[in-house]
Amino acid sequence: MAERRVWLAAALALLCAAAFLGLNLRGNIAFVLELRALKLLALVQVAVAVAVATVLLQTITGNRILTPSIMGLDALYLLGQTALVFLLGGIGFAAVDPRLKFVIALAAMVGLAAAVFLPLVRARHSLTVLLLTGALLGILFRSLSSLLARLIDPNDFAVLQGVSYANFNAPQGELLAIGAVLTAVAAAVAWRQRHVLDVMALGPAGAISLGVDWRWSVAGVLLLVVLLVAVSTALVGPVAFLGLLVVALAERLTGTRRHAVLLPAAACIAVTVLAGGQAVLQHGLGGASTLGVVVEFLGGLVFLLLLATGNRR
Amino acid sequence: MIAIDGVSLTLQGTPILHDVSATLPKGELIALIGPNGAGKSSLLSLVARLIPLQSGRITVDGLPVDRTPGRRLARTLTIMRQDTGLAARLTVRELVGFGRFPHSRGRLTDEDRRHIAAALAEFDLTELAGRTLDALSGGQRQRAFVAMAFCQGTDYLLLDEPLNNLDMMYGRQMMRILRHLVDRQGRTVVIVLHDINYAAAYADRIVAMKDGRIIASGPPDAVLTTDGLEAMYGYRMPVHRIGDRLFIPHHD
Ligand SMILES: Nc1ncnc2c1ncn2[C@@H]1O[C@H](COP(=O)(O)OP(=O)(O)O)[C@@H](O)[C@H]1O
Ligand SMILES: [Mg+2]
Repeated sequence: MAERRVWLAAALALLCAAAFLGLNLRGNIAFVLELRALKLLALVQVAVAVAVATVLLQTITGNRILTPSIMGLDALYLLGQTALVFLLGGIGFAAVDPRLKFVIALAAMVGLAAAVFLPLVRARHSLTVLLLTGALLGILFRSLSSLLARLIDPNDFAVLQGVSYANFNAPQGELLAIGAVLTAVAAAVAWRQRHVLDVMALGPAGAISLGVDWRWSVAGVLLLVVLLVAVSTALVGPVAFLGLLVVALAERLTGTRRHAVLLPAAACIAVTVLAGGQAVLQHGLGGASTLGVVVEFLGGLVFLLLLATGNRR
Repeated sequence: MIAIDGVSLTLQGTPILHDVSATLPKGELIALIGPNGAGKSSLLSLVARLIPLQSGRITVDGLPVDRTPGRRLARTLTIMRQDTGLAARLTVRELVGFGRFPHSRGRLTDEDRRHIAAALAEFDLTELAGRTLDALSGGQRQRAFVAMAFCQGTDYLLLDEPLNNLDMMYGRQMMRILRHLVDRQGRTVVIVLHDINYAAAYADRIVAMKDGRIIASGPPDAVLTTDGLEAMYGYRMPVHRIGDRLFIPHHD
């Protein structure tokens, strides 16, 4: 039954993607289609990356209300963007080659993870220590960002607000290609390890007893999470609650946390939410720049619901 | 045989185990008893490589637990712990099926399915097989976790307080199944028990721990004496012999 629900989610995702591509085609159709296809690629990529990263993080921590933003990567991204705006001014910031920004952001996030998380894993610290460290770093980065933001020229502040939420409107072809490859590889690795992930959901004792090398497996899964989050954040900006939203929906839809079902279901629902949401905003409501805000709002609601209904783990 | 040799353990600066040595022969049902905090769970966790070994040596069937690949060891030894983790959305059948992971890495074969069906039947879980764990009582869940350990098919089973939450009927049934595993299949069961009467009735050998040390080890007759039990639990209790059984009213 759960498998059939995955196909349902996949059908929905396809439908939304088609709607996003095909609605209101006017003018130079080839040109419009190409532009939309690029945007769709960005949407799908971010959807898959965020869905898979969230499932993985929840599995190894045994906690269903965590999102990868607990690791502080998106806060670091935000700090980096704020610092750039602060140093270069709004116009200078806009003039920087997006490819350069992408590479810098990616390197900073992966670098932070390598510098902070890998040593913690190597030293056999528990995942709790690791997440706490991430959360504290996140708070530090956010405080620094808001401090810098106060010093920024009010005109430049609008530029900054633009990068604080995910923005799917200006995808860069080459960056998309790089991101798509990285995301596809990471998602494929997660899929191949789906049975091991099922066992890891039992927690360290259960997994070790069944022959899983816990420390190496956790390090590997964390690496995937970091890679996925870093790529999607560098590409479109931070999406904190999207993952929580789609994984909770996928679990509700399929009634299982088996990874063979949950991974594809969460990814398809993420595509549905992003592509469908973008289609509605773009064709139904005219302005499409606020999808990031809407998704965060819905995701935040789900988070509160999960808290309120006691599904804390 | 499980050979424990000169094992000490310190966690967060607190010494937990002091130079523990023991030999647990193959093909026996061995009860680990002792007051709360004696170090029983810690010792089992070390044997099952859940905690890294700090000093000393532990081998299971000659395999050193700190150097044998996890996958290899998972076909020889399994542990069921008190905190059975979180798997709320799993069905009983899925959970028990995880026991086959070391054999088929998640792709169940027909043989795996036979093992799963047998484990479900053995622990009276067939009717509950489709239920998720969060829809079970504590005792039913406990049986599901022991069934998973059983399904793993290892020669050695370490069970940390598997009788928790079980009523008398299922407590007795559990002990009889374990006894059967030892007698008919030649498996080795090491079990932490709190009710010494269960230990007296079912164990071939009793290992008694206190304050991070093994203070007695041997057949029930030798370990379960009024003096021995006072050394363990700090008060005197009579030990009666009824037929060939020891009976210890420890509650009055
Ligand atoms: N992670 C830990 N850090 C520090 N002390 C611990 C830890 N785990 C257990 N202990 C202590 O080790 C002692 C033995 O615990 P345990 O092996 O669980 O005993 P038992 O299972 O016999 O009740 C207890 O005093 C307990 O408080
Ligand atoms: Mg214990």
